[in-house]
Amino acid sequence: MALIINEEQQMLKESTKEFLDSKSPFSSMRELRDNDFQTYDKELWMEMVEMGWTSLTIPEKYNGLNFGYVGLGQVLEEMGRKLTASPIISTVLMSSTLINLSKNEVLKTKLFQEIMNGSKLLTLAHEEGKHHNSNSLDTLISNEKDFFVLNGKKNFVIDGSVSDYLIVSAKDESDSNTLIVLVDANANGIKFNHKVHMDSRTYSDITFNNVKIEKDNFLSSNGDGFSILDKTFDIARIGLASEMLGSIQEAFEITMTYLKEREQFGVKIGSFQALQHRSALMFGEIELCKSIVLKALQSIDSNDSNLSKHASLAKAKLGLVFKLVSNEAVQMHGGIGVTDDADIGFFLKRARVIQRILGDSNYHLDRLAKINNY
Amino acid sequence: METKVNVDLTSFRTETRKWLEDNCPLSMREPTKDPSQLYWGGRNGEFSSNDQKIWFDRMLEKKWIVPYWEAKYGGGGLSSEENNILNQEMGRLGCRKPHYNFGISMLGPAMLKFATEEQKLHYLPEIVEGKIRWCQGYSEPNAGSDLANLQTKAEDKGDHFLVTGSKVWTSYAEKADWIFCLVRTDSSSSKHTGISFLLIDMASEGVSTRPIKLISGKSPFCETFLDSVKVPKKNLVGTLNDGWTIAKYLLTHERQMIGGVGETDKKEFIRKEAIDQISKTNGILTDTVLRSKISEFEMNEEIFDLTIQRTMDEEKSGNNSGAASSFFKYYGTELNIQREELRLSINGFNSSEWNSEESENGKQARFFCRTKGNSIEGGTHEIQLNIIAKRILGLPSK
Repeated sequence: MALIINEEQQMLKESTKEFLDSKSPFSSMRELRDNDFQTYDKELWMEMVEMGWTSLTIPEKYNGLNFGYVGLGQVLEEMGRKLTASPIISTVLMSSTLINLSKNEVLKTKLFQEIMNGSKLLTLAHEEGKHHNSNSLDTLISNEKDFFVLNGKKNFVIDGSVSDYLIVSAKDESDSNTLIVLVDANANGIKFNHKVHMDSRTYSDITFNNVKIEKDNFLSSNGDGFSILDKTFDIARIGLASEMLGSIQEAFEITMTYLKEREQFGVKIGSFQALQHRSALMFGEIELCKSIVLKALQSIDSNDSNLSKHASLAKAKLGLVFKLVSNEAVQMHGGIGVTDDADIGFFLKRARVIQRILGDSNYHLDRLAKINNY
Repeated sequence: METKVNVDLTSFRTETRKWLEDNCPLSMREPTKDPSQLYWGGRNGEFSSNDQKIWFDRMLEKKWIVPYWEAKYGGGGLSSEENNILNQEMGRLGCRKPHYNFGISMLGPAMLKFATEEQKLHYLPEIVEGKIRWCQGYSEPNAGSDLANLQTKAEDKGDHFLVTGSKVWTSYAEKADWIFCLVRTDSSSSKHTGISFLLIDMASEGVSTRPIKLISGKSPFCETFLDSVKVPKKNLVGTLNDGWTIAKYLLTHERQMIGGVGETDKKEFIRKEAIDQISKTNGILTDTVLRSKISEFEMNEEIFDLTIQRTMDEEKSGNNSGAASSFFKYYGTELNIQREELRLSINGFNSSEWNSEESENGKQARFFCRTKGNSIEGGTHEIQLNIIAKRILGLPSK
């Protein structure tokens, strides 16, 4: 497959940009933050739903647009440019992706409809420690005659404060298989502790104390829980990399504009070779980022057997380059770069948080070495 | 229509595969151990084996020495799609290129763009046939990164130019038959104007060469001295005093060549060598620091290959990403340098052996030394970064 986006995907990218330019300029995320760290703008979200963004990856069989992940990637990239805060990562990239891999047709049909019409928000409650961990879980599900019971603690749950449903990973107490269940956020026995992080977004610690689970609410079946999670994580990593690509490009472009305007010693600071060479290096790194993100997005849609490898290449590379570019962007802005008045600091702070989601660069370089048998 | 083209390409692939399998001698499908195993042609060119000659003759007869040049210039007239297929199929079998010549990779593209029809018909076929080996006369002792500062003078003497000066870093000049040179034809105008592009027969009176010994102990480069050399006027390519335009165009090709665009035979090399040389504990390389460095290197190598592919795909679809040849030159050579640095770590004590038989006469150590020139030749890293900063990012000059 050629490493380019097609005309339809290009059009989606352009219409997303146009929409966000008018409805969600960069100042929007600052307003949310200054308004007591509000999680997202509900009206804006409903407009995004009307644009079809929550239907993009849902198959036609469930009345979705079946537009694919290369398409969703274009939307996420543009949102990354504005650092737009919305439930798209939790509800679409993570939850909808996971639901699509489930064999529970009843739940699938119901949840897809609720996601497509924007009536419900969902998130994935998986992490339990300080770092991303894809296999060892302490949260347990035990069987009590006609129903099941969930006990355990989850943390770093994206949009946990606004989600209607929680998709929770746990171990089967009897055989240690990985299970995935859908839990109503208002169910008895659930306690939240919402925490604002450096990127002004809210992540929740959630405690489950004897939460009752009906047997119809399992998204995993016949031991497929682990493989569903594994694939969901890989797809989500690639989506996160798309968002990071947008943020990286925006931070870089803002900085290049600044270098052409700011004067010191009677000249534009962009004329200094010390800054020019570092800028040129960043240009090259960004070119590399564009290639791996597109390749990884394509490998989701084409069911490529190298999905895991491409996901790790994308998340590892984008993490490293976002760190580089956000650091350089602040440094090249000088004093203004470390003030809250300047937008550039928001990219630095988002970089440090998104890096941690579903494995940082170290995690993925280690995973790549394992995939390659060393 | 499109279906017909696809069908044609599929049958071209099938035929190409069969022809290569039938015609490429087995020894020409093995990786080369050192550059002396490559055939460079020329008046004094010698084949290093009978198979090499057979392979060259068959490819020449098939018109696949330079498959993408037009037939009238000795090429095979293949479309870019067909040429890609041929490259892929040759790569699949591991077929060596039958003929290396700076006339193919560098002078040819410049001639096709800037030379007269008469010049093309004269010079290009003899490159294809391996009759003439070319070298490049660009840099001078005082014109390295500042290439346009060149001082080699070509005086107009009516029917000929009289050329005096010296060139440095001329690759394989002692073996080449002709040299394509940048010379100053007008010293009164500014640095970049007043330069012309001239073809000079190395057998002319007044031409001499001296090898330059590198830190690798080898001498792939020479100094070339031009002492009142008479060069016929018809050997001028392009417009008088406008040689800088050709020089820049040709440098683009040189950057791509040094950056290794299109080379595909290095895959998995580092990883395999590391697994071979370093023990594993629980399936993980025991030297975990080296392991992460290898992993990061391999990540960048793989993504760089994807970037080359993306750029070619974008060009095919009519969009230019702007990922210029300067970036490919920079990054491709950087990876080459990093790879050899990592290989020194992987192979430990053995890696620095200089002349033992086991080390194949210090192959690894000498190759490591050679890569240090990669970030200098064809425009230094710093020059490439300058070009990106100014031409692509549009950063201001002082």
